Amino acid sequence: MARIIVANTEYKVPSNLTIMKALEYLGWRLKRGVGCRGGFCGACSTIYRMKGDHKLYTGLACATKVEDGMIIAQIPISPANKKSYNIDSLKAQPNTILELYPEVARCISCNTCTKACPQDIQVMDYVQAALRGDIAKAAELSFDCIMCGLCATRCPAEITQFNVGILARRLYGKYIAPKYKQLEKRVKEIEQGKFEDELSKLTKASKQKLVELYAARVREEVKR
Amino acid sequence: MTEKIAYYPGCTAKSYAKYMDSTARIVMKELGIELVELDRWNCCGTVYGLADDNLYSQLAPIRNMIRTLENGFDEVVTICSMCYNTLARANDLFKSDKEKADRLNAFMYKEPDYEGNVTVLHLLDLLVKRVKFQAVKEKVTNPLKGLKIAPYYGCTLLRPREISIDENIEHPSILSELIFALGGEPVEDPYMTECCGSYLTVKDKHLVADRTNKIVGSMQKRSADIIMVSCPLCQFNLDRRQKEVKALNPAFHKVPIVYFTQLMALAMGVDYKKLGFQDHYVDPVPILKKRGLIREKKKVAAKIAK
Ligand code: SF4
Ligand code: SF4
Ligand code: FES
Repeated sequence: MARIIVANTEYKVPSNLTIMKALEYLGWRLKRGVGCRGGFCGACSTIYRMKGDHKLYTGLACATKVEDGMIIAQIPISPANKKSYNIDSLKAQPNTILELYPEVARCISCNTCTKACPQDIQVMDYVQAALRGDIAKAAELSFDCIMCGLCATRCPAEITQFNVGILARRLYGKYIAPKYKQLEKRVKEIEQGKFEDELSKLTKASKQKLVELYAARVREEVKR
Repeated sequence: MTEKIAYYPGCTAKSYAKYMDSTARIVMKELGIELVELDRWNCCGTVYGLADDNLYSQLAPIRNMIRTLENGFDEVVTICSMCYNTLARANDLFKSDKEKADRLNAFMYKEPDYEGNVTVLHLLDLLVKRVKFQAVKEKVTNPLKGLKIAPYYGCTLLRPREISIDENIEHPSILSELIFALGGEPVEDPYMTECCGSYLTVKDKHLVADRTNKIVGSMQKRSADIIMVSCPLCQFNLDRRQKEVKALNPAFHKVPIVYFTQLMALAMGVDYKKLGFQDHYVDPVPILKKRGLIREKKKVAAKIAK
């Protein structure tokens, strides 16, 4: 068993549980701060300290195991500065991100965001790439962001990093990334109904038949 | 063999001043030095933090020192005067104040401890101390003959004394020596070490226009054809603010403001179309043509062929 402190009260919970499971074990019904339960949705941001340790740790409740001496608080929502924009009327220029999020220029490179990120993203580096107008780099470095908001709650410059990251990835996807010709072709084929017969055959097939077909599937080569 | 040196471009050299960056790489390659951009770097901090009790502002520059070591170098060169000033001063503070150094290291606990063992150089430092202007001279194929170039240092290359790239702060000569090496004619002016107005340009462009009027105006009275700078912010202020100067001074006529690396590249025979002159508010091309430093050989040849 592990002793954990939640809302100022100490409890004993089985030590093989995640923080999320432990809270439910204690009878909490989670309505906020829970989603996919698999480390993908970013809903279950949690901060904690260990008894006798000055550090403030961060983690995803669904993906972090309880430990003896944890003092836990969940942060189900992180208030964010989110600009509305029409991606079609933006241009992928060095100052595009700064115009929407000028606070990026306040980054002092303290690296607190990187330390807080449960995805081990180099958050400071993507903010810095955004600052110098390197949209491709900002998009690449922020790719694994699940928008949990932990970085933004810790930033002394009050930057909402994850919204900067998603803007970089949108700009990159729309204006900078090389286009997959194959994809365009396939979308057209789908629109023209090329696969409808096959699909309806599949939806009608027996489970046995589906298993056979799956085993015999052929993968298409990746073409750019 | 090409010598390699760690290179910190800085944010502005990646956006507004990208031709300062690209021409620096070209000329240094020509001089046998490869500028190896740090694989990770962050903003220098923009201005050196003077608040004694705020160490936050020292994190950015010191982290770049750590990145330099991570890249296997103990020396880092930069081209932007503002970056140079911020990095060099933070580095000096770190070396001279053990207590602050310890606190910075404790804060950055995820990084390896920094011990103050990196040297910060401005590209001009490197040219003077290592490459030597004689070597620059030897690479010149298109001497800037007859071009009257006013060197402009501004503040950040020279002040404070501890980080000055020139021993003589009041009357520096490094840029003039470079101009001689390139075959040009230096036009020294008392305003060459005056402040351009720096970041006040964001808040009060008329104040900076007034500075521009004084600085550029004085240099044009000495019949300077062109003004040579080493800082993107000086370039921005002295170039873009000429737009507003006409209203202050009807007798004013425009003078182009170029980076020293652009003129080096031109003198070393690089095609002027690669130097980024199209990005300038005051176009340097007409005066360079007038002085016979740009010749449109191909076009003429093509016309004759037709
Ligand atoms: S970058 Fe920020 S929002 Fe994205 S996963 Fe990391 S901490 Fe969460
Ligand atoms: S926490 Fe904020 S100020 Fe610190 S490095 Fe990250 S973005 Fe910059
Ligand atoms: S519940 Fe989705 S990441 Fe934890």
